[in-house]
Amino acid sequence: MRKRVIEFHNFSFKYYSQKNPTLKNIHLNIYEGEKVLIVGPSGSGKSTIGHCINGLIPFSYKGEMTGSLKVMGQETKELNIFALSKMVGTVLQDPDGQFIGLTVGEDIAFALENDCTPQKEMFEIVKDASKMVEMDDYLPASVHHLSGGQKQRVSLAGVMVDKVDILLFDEPLANLDPATGKYAMALIDKIQKETNTTVVIIEHRLEDVLYRHVDRIIVVNDGSIVADMSPDQLLTTNILEETNIREPLYIKAVKYAGCKLTEDMHPADFNQFKADLCRKNLLEWFEDSNPKTPSKEGKPILELKNISFSYSPGHETIKDVSFSINKGEMVSIVGKNGAGKSTITKLICGFEKPSSGSILFNGKDITNETIKERSLKIGMVMQNPNHMISKHMIFDEVALGLKVRGVAEAEIKERVDNTLKICGLYPFRNWPISALSFGQKKRVTIASILVLEPEIIILDEPTAGQDFRHYTDIMEFLVQLNRQGVTIMMITHDMHLMLEYTERAIVFAEGRKIADDSAVNVLSDIDIIEQANLKETSLYNLALKTGIPEPRKFVERFIEYDREVRQVGSRDAILY
Amino acid sequence: MAAEMLSYIDRKSPVHQLTGVTKLICFILWSTAAMLTYDTRILLFLFLISILIFIISKIKFEEILFVLVFILVFLFINNVAIYVFSPQEGVKIYGSSHVLFEISGRYNVTLEQLFYQLNITLKYFTVIPAALLFIVTTHPSEFAASLNRIGVSYRISYAVSLALRYIPDVQRDFRNIARAQQARGLDMSRKEKLPKRIKNAASILAPLILSSLNKIDTISNAMELRGFGKNKKRTWYSARPFQKSDYFAIALFTILFIVTLIITFHDGSRFYNPF
Repeated sequence: MRKRVIEFHNFSFKYYSQKNPTLKNIHLNIYEGEKVLIVGPSGSGKSTIGHCINGLIPFSYKGEMTGSLKVMGQETKELNIFALSKMVGTVLQDPDGQFIGLTVGEDIAFALENDCTPQKEMFEIVKDASKMVEMDDYLPASVHHLSGGQKQRVSLAGVMVDKVDILLFDEPLANLDPATGKYAMALIDKIQKETNTTVVIIEHRLEDVLYRHVDRIIVVNDGSIVADMSPDQLLTTNILEETNIREPLYIKAVKYAGCKLTEDMHPADFNQFKADLCRKNLLEWFEDSNPKTPSKEGKPILELKNISFSYSPGHETIKDVSFSINKGEMVSIVGKNGAGKSTITKLICGFEKPSSGSILFNGKDITNETIKERSLKIGMVMQNPNHMISKHMIFDEVALGLKVRGVAEAEIKERVDNTLKICGLYPFRNWPISALSFGQKKRVTIASILVLEPEIIILDEPTAGQDFRHYTDIMEFLVQLNRQGVTIMMITHDMHLMLEYTERAIVFAEGRKIADDSAVNVLSDIDIIEQANLKETSLYNLALKTGIPEPRKFVERFIEYDREVRQVGSRDAILY
Repeated sequence: MAAEMLSYIDRKSPVHQLTGVTKLICFILWSTAAMLTYDTRILLFLFLISILIFIISKIKFEEILFVLVFILVFLFINNVAIYVFSPQEGVKIYGSSHVLFEISGRYNVTLEQLFYQLNITLKYFTVIPAALLFIVTTHPSEFAASLNRIGVSYRISYAVSLALRYIPDVQRDFRNIARAQQARGLDMSRKEKLPKRIKNAASILAPLILSSLNKIDTISNAMELRGFGKNKKRTWYSARPFQKSDYFAIALFTILFIVTLIITFHDGSRFYNPF
């Protein structure tokens, strides 16, 4: 019999600050050497399970705990957080926030320092741990100069020095570009095989995690475990759909085509997946439809001409970039971390001044206009809503921009009310913002920009950290705005988003524009994918694998179909 | 990106090569000496040396200009305040009164008062460059190790070094938030009237505090999860062993310290009296 390393028995937990329990009667066993994925929508309690395992509950976050939770055979509430940290190593979601040391070496050594390890020994252990994550050349480097993926590897090494029995990853993919995410999953897999550690991953990007083998998936919804089975088995059920977790796209396509999945087809591993069995269904489904590709040929509203920019002399962040956005378009800006995507938006909003080139708005040169002048035409929604919100009440927050512009009181009320209605926030207008969820806050920030009636809205990672349902809500909301004539530009790492919602994608790599094409074309061009750290879509690969004649058309067809199905389902959700 | 204030500036210089502990000890000796003495000759001498050290450290003047200007403004306010509240302090100290020109009664400008205030200003000028140098030439991670080494509890040492470390982060957040607010029409440039500018600036504070609190929450969780605070002591990865130059620097500064004290106190007064 295998050794149990984590045992939840009839376990419940309620935060003191909340009315209802977050976890309800959980039964869950995790065995030595297993690799387990915990999925669930936001607020389902999946992070709380993670906090219970690493000891943040009950030692940092207080609440009522009933039932039993044993880690390595010991009841956690009888231990302390330090004893637990020797058994469970946690890699937190935000790689920036969790760095304690300033250099790579120092950060990896942090746990050793706290154990009073002599300096000489420390150097050796750090060297070994950094080798394991392939960061041994970077020991003296400052952590803040690393890329997202490197940062994550450093955090991983930092917990590996303790020779922990269990590795816990809290949303490891949240801040990584697609290619780096893939690499991270491969690395976790490699380390697990080398050290026989038990691995628990909490994540909602299921398809990306399944890039490497997972033993078991646990689906959490509303504080309870609704499924605990092998990935192959899970994908044959409807549980994921019911709990609002996005299925891998190729699975979704096969299901739409009406093909019955069975465990023997190994649906969880794309390479092993016996897609041939579904070939007939897929071909029929593909031919059934005739995707219409609406092409909007509008007038250019925003034009960048030969823009160059550098933060420090001699090192250009943006190199001779030109593109134009047409009125009424919805465009994605993609590329790897640090490719210059955010810088481009800063230049457009006037936060930075280009060293050469010009920016035109409706044909008029705005290169020398101030931030405030541009703010009348271009609205910018930042990634982190907490960076924008400065009032207590929703109404005041949305009204703020109008107030400073000196708009009459009556008009403010009318415009704010209208905007709140569009954003589905009207019922909450007198609520304090602190009572809202992250996704709702995001919507407040969009509303506070929208109320100023800009002609273009730029959004930085509009759906980062959102589960599938909130993702759909936000995106459908943006589509509605777009239909009303607002031009929308989005910076994103999410390949699904780019495929589904934007016809056009502008791709950046190393400060240059390397592609400006339809999203489908971009994601089927291996060269661009590699240069910009993107990831090919599994739909395209499915089409290749099953020999569907026109893979690109197949992808388009899927997106069209999927949107229709989901729109019917999410129309009610928009005004929740 | 605009130069970040008060953060470590990496250079290869003899000053950088000293361990944090050495620099801390030297800095304490230096500032104690400068605080105790009012001897103009010593202050001038110390001031010249601090400029010399500054040159050796290869830190460029522009890199600390902003903070320097900031402090100079306070120095100016301080000087004005001294004059307003105690315009005859110099006369009291030096026991003579050379009136330069008359304003009214006790506000007559005397040579003694000007000399006294010159001394105060000189004190600032000897301590400030040294303090700035200490901060910008000591790697923040070594900083904590140094504090701990001279007897400060490691929790407090770490708290101080984390605070220093977050200065650039907070500056970055501040810039981002300020721009986001400006993009909503909250003007903070000179085009707006001052009271309104202050009010607009206040709207940056709420999100700034909120995001800082979030950061603190994340980092304290991360630290606990990796065993911070478990033992009474801890070791330091980045602590550096003493080199010859460290002993030399400490010896030099100790001698300097003793000599300045002897010169200051040999005649029983902390003040040098030219009158």
